[in-house]
Amino acid sequence: MRVALFITCFNDVMYAKTGRAVVELLERLGQQVEFPMEQTCCGQMHFNTGYQRECISMVRRFADVFAPYDAVVSPSGSCVSMVREYHSRVAEVAAERGEDLSLGTDVAAVAPKVYELSEFLVDVLGVTDVGAYFPHRVTYHPTCHSLRMIHVGDKPLQLLRAVRGIDLVELPAAEQCCGFGGTFAVKNYQTSTAMLADKMSHVLDTGAEVCTAGDNSCLMHIGGGLSRLRSGVRTLHLAEILAATE
Amino acid sequence: MSAPVPAGTKFPAAAGKALADTQLRRNLRKATTTIRDKRASVVGELPDWQELREAGRATKERVLRHLDTYLVQIEESVTAAGGRVHWARDAEEANRIVAELVQATGEHEVIKIKSLTTDEIDLNGGLAATGITAYETDLAELIVQLGHDYSSHILVPAIHKNRSEIREIFLREMPDVDPGLTDEPRVLAMAARKHLRRKFLSTRVGVSGGNFLIAETGTVVIVESEGNGRMCLTLPEVLISVVGIEKVLPTWADLEVFLQLLPRSSTGERMNPYTSTWRGVTPGDGPQEFHLVLLDNGRTDALADQIGRQALNCIRCSACLNVCPVYERVGGHSYGSVYPGPIGAVITPQIRTGASKTDATSRTDASLPYASSLCGACYEVCPVKINIPEVLVHLRARVVDEKREHKLPTPEMIAMQAMKWVFDDAKRFERAEAAARLGSRSMARGGKIGTLPGMLGRWSDARDTPAVPSESFRQWWERNRAGGSGGTGSGGTGSGGTGSDRSGS
Repeated sequence: MRVALFITCFNDVMYAKTGRAVVELLERLGQQVEFPMEQTCCGQMHFNTGYQRECISMVRRFADVFAPYDAVVSPSGSCVSMVREYHSRVAEVAAERGEDLSLGTDVAAVAPKVYELSEFLVDVLGVTDVGAYFPHRVTYHPTCHSLRMIHVGDKPLQLLRAVRGIDLVELPAAEQCCGFGGTFAVKNYQTSTAMLADKMSHVLDTGAEVCTAGDNSCLMHIGGGLSRLRSGVRTLHLAEILAATE
Repeated sequence: MSAPVPAGTKFPAAAGKALADTQLRRNLRKATTTIRDKRASVVGELPDWQELREAGRATKERVLRHLDTYLVQIEESVTAAGGRVHWARDAEEANRIVAELVQATGEHEVIKIKSLTTDEIDLNGGLAATGITAYETDLAELIVQLGHDYSSHILVPAIHKNRSEIREIFLREMPDVDPGLTDEPRVLAMAARKHLRRKFLSTRVGVSGGNFLIAETGTVVIVESEGNGRMCLTLPEVLISVVGIEKVLPTWADLEVFLQLLPRSSTGERMNPYTSTWRGVTPGDGPQEFHLVLLDNGRTDALADQIGRQALNCIRCSACLNVCPVYERVGGHSYGSVYPGPIGAVITPQIRTGASKTDATSRTDASLPYASSLCGACYEVCPVKINIPEVLVHLRARVVDEKREHKLPTPEMIAMQAMKWVFDDAKRFERAEAAARLGSRSMARGGKIGTLPGMLGRWSDARDTPAVPSESFRQWWERNRAGGSGGTGSGGTGSGGTGSDRSGS
């Protein structure tokens, strides 16, 4: 099985440590991971903000770069949602404009092979105990797109429960959006902040030291608020907890 | 459509004001949480809920595909049952039709059942202009009308008011109210009952909307909780129902699906207390004159949009409002329309076309598709499976495409084009990463950035941002795994330098 890592543009710049954790974790589980250097962005920010025709070339790039692989793993439920749910829509936009008429076929071939990290571990590799050790009090925030678009369900929790030393505590109102929403956090920053305030208060209620999730974008938002408050709680991507060992 | 916020207010500005209203925040949180929990509990009782949703969606899709046929069928079946059908292209035409029908009776007052459609066309305002007074008989609509206020929720128009605020409105505005009125819900309801009873018994014309129109039989269906609807539908001599053309269902049997979906999704009840159905007129029983006003008002414009048209599936249950994290915090008035919440954000910009479209409404409507974090909670609860996030991003594209027509590109357009240019080439992307690291170095203190420039200042207003790390992932990969081959790096050969432990395997 040829496995490629889709790091996502945002993680590449801001969270290299998450990418390193994914690589180390998968290697520990016996997988050889490849990183195609030609990858850039899935187009989600453009698509969700209304710049759909701008995505056509990005979606084409994605389909070409990842076509040779049997599986593509990504530490972002949100970007995986974009690929699986909306790349076909971008291909339709292209077709409506008379551009790149084979994009739909190529997208349909790649998209089903793209997995969010917890899906890849549980569904493809069939593991829940990845041999991790993380002796901290942790609460898990299920990000909206991983929950309601690609339906990862409790797979991240299955993985977390198997981590040795972890004190996993349930997050109240966990399924409520944290308020990030991409450009929503800038365009509707006041509403976004109001949603963030409630999410932070729930995180603080748990007494956790670490709030984890499968998306660094949501975590940057939650963690940014917690840092501003000097709350003493940090955010950490799920991959980094799963990669941690004794 | 009259607006509860100044015309042309964009959603973020209206929301910003609402967010500062602490009483509103508390009222909304309490009410939406209660209804949300009730809905979840009664929906959970049905093992075939997902099949019901799919059946509801499929029926609505069929109706929209053959709307031309069903509407002609409705006209025939209603006429055959002794009713009269009127076609209204827009709000002005509908208001004129209703006003003329009332004038023909010689009356100057009408009683009304809660109806979003008549709110959409501001029928009360239209009637008032011709000297006709409309009295709302739904308790919440009465509160809104007496308070000179606006509805803020599809199902619970006065959701933004708590009981002590309602008591104050009654004491101030209700004629003959008992000055010893308390804020006990039962006492408030009894006061409204006494006030309304006189209207029910003395008014000869009733006005309603309609939840469903059955094409096969010409039946109009209204579901309600208070019984005021039943009074309005049976006591007057003349009944006028204003119904949107998308409310058609093909057959009586289709109600089996929709009468399960609607009450559980809206009030969180297994069945609503009152379901009224009628066909035309029945000699000697109930209104002897029945008029059905079929309203377009932008609906055929929405129907023409392949992705947007699913918004016309809406059965006005309001489940999406109650689960929406944005609605829960800002309330309904911020949406500048009688249709608030996620469904409002996809309906309003699509139907506010033609004569309803002004420079002011265009400004509001261009902001509505962005009034969502795209969390998807609305789609999950929608009883007819409207993919609201999909329609939202589709409408965002329409907003952006309109901006492309402008002579000068917006700063956002320039930024998005620049980022596309960067993402279209991996080398350019690498250089942009290097530039981001450089920029971050000048702004970061202690590993984090407190204030970001320009529009990003809105983000950093409430959040710290981590400094851009000194090494990107791809740099790390090239150094540790790629062996300089770029793109075909083989795993497991790199060593050290990552700062992370690697387990022996």
